[in-house]
Amino acid sequence: MKTSFILSSALAIHAAIVAHEKDIESLDRAIGDGDHYINIKRGSEAIAGMYNALLPLSPEEVLLQIGNKLLSAIGGASGPLLASFFMGMAKFLQLNNDKANELNSNLEHAAMFAYGVQTLMMRGKSNVGEKTMLDVLVPASTTFTHAAAQGKTVTEICKEVKNAADKGLEYTRDLVATKGRAAGLGERAIGHLDPGAKSCQVMINAVCDLILKK
Amino acid sequence: MKKFINKVDDILTESLSGFASAHADLVRLNLEPNFLTRKVKAQNKVAIISGGGCGHEPLHAGYIGYGMLDAACPGHVFTSPSPDQMLAAAAAVHAGKGILFIVKNYAGDVMNFEMAAEMLSFANIPLKSETVLTTDDCAVINSTYTTGRRGVAGTVIVEKCVGSLAETGASLQACKALGDKVNARCASIGVALTSCTVPAAGRPTFELDDIELEMGVGIHGEPGRKRELLREADAIVNDMVEAIVADFSARDFNLKTEALLLVNGFGATPLMELYVIYNTATQLFAKHGIHIARSLVGNYVTALDMAGASITLCLLDSEIKQHWDSAVHTPALRWNR
Repeated sequence: MKTSFILSSALAIHAAIVAHEKDIESLDRAIGDGDHYINIKRGSEAIAGMYNALLPLSPEEVLLQIGNKLLSAIGGASGPLLASFFMGMAKFLQLNNDKANELNSNLEHAAMFAYGVQTLMMRGKSNVGEKTMLDVLVPASTTFTHAAAQGKTVTEICKEVKNAADKGLEYTRDLVATKGRAAGLGERAIGHLDPGAKSCQVMINAVCDLILKK
Repeated sequence: MKKFINKVDDILTESLSGFASAHADLVRLNLEPNFLTRKVKAQNKVAIISGGGCGHEPLHAGYIGYGMLDAACPGHVFTSPSPDQMLAAAAAVHAGKGILFIVKNYAGDVMNFEMAAEMLSFANIPLKSETVLTTDDCAVINSTYTTGRRGVAGTVIVEKCVGSLAETGASLQACKALGDKVNARCASIGVALTSCTVPAAGRPTFELDDIELEMGVGIHGEPGRKRELLREADAIVNDMVEAIVADFSARDFNLKTEALLLVNGFGATPLMELYVIYNTATQLFAKHGIHIARSLVGNYVTALDMAGASITLCLLDSEIKQHWDSAVHTPALRWNR
């Protein structure tokens, strides 16, 4: 994994978030307080704006700086959660790699992703089934790991991860929220997709599509 | 959307700047990172810092000053501030006896203040901190299995009492203990007649028909527990009072006591109506043996332009009463000084 790939992913994510403004916003108006899109966009825009400054840095430094920026730029719950995800991936590189941070195998990439998701879970003290972004991130991560372990190609892995993210998002529809702002709604949250899960699905799709286009 | 806005991205900075210059005798504003402090730094006391998303004015910056907060960290509208703000505020106001964070119980606020507290303890000059989580909203049912009860208008009472104790030079542990006690002795419930409009979103968060209300709303324009038909004020207030009484009873509190009644407007309900609510609520609480010995009526924890109100009951004891009555001088709350 190279710095250039992380940064082109960041640009793709920002473009995808903007393209899905209506979906994300309407979900948060239904069961949240209507500002999830605004907050996520403020974050993705800030990262996109750092492109030139980050280009000369190593992947580990880039992921750490993205985490720090998201923490201060987003605020709310999404800020510390997404920041923890990127800081966790930076930590993985620090623990497992030489200076170049050149991950070689799909399995290593999957392990880095899983480490980021784990870090996010610890920050949010949450788990799958609580109608949160984890309902997309966790199945995406386990699918990534399984597919990589089975020796599948990058194309196959991306398709499977996208599929897992889509299914995870749909799974949030019938859940009662027990974490996050929708937790105050009780059973009224049933029937609505979770906005945080939606924005994660959008981000995962954006990165997978970027890889599939190559 | 009809609002006083120049550029929507500037609304936060412009509002904070206006607040700071209107109350220049009491507060100072720092931008990037955003935080506000007292004009004159207090010495040799626990520094009390609160914060949260904007849109709840006068919470929290309106409660900076003698007898309440030392600093406040404002986030974007309805969005928790970030740890860099809390770290900068702590560095500016710490006065030798540690930092007490007062945090409303929302996932975002909890995580950001938690990260700030972790970073404080690892800083070059480590600072001791404790956190009081406010959880007074009794509208959230099954809270054992969720994020838990939300912090709403009871937060003002916690900030007032803890701020008073801190002025006496009390320890960090004593301030936290009083904060936790006041919070446990508060219960609140809110009702909305309209939603509210987050400026950057440009339209109301949800729609309510003219004949509907939302019972059990929080303070962010999020839907409440139940949508009900609008009815006369006495019937609405009765349901709110019963919810509060049931909550205290479920938590084994003796209700035959003195209490503080806070009737709080959400931003677009006239004081005239808040007094209608107060009038009914005192009578209904009296039927349960609760004597309203202290009162506060007005817009203290708002939700932008939401029409609606919350009722908070705080069960008094001699310590809480003493700290409620003591001198306070802030932009939004001032007496005996």
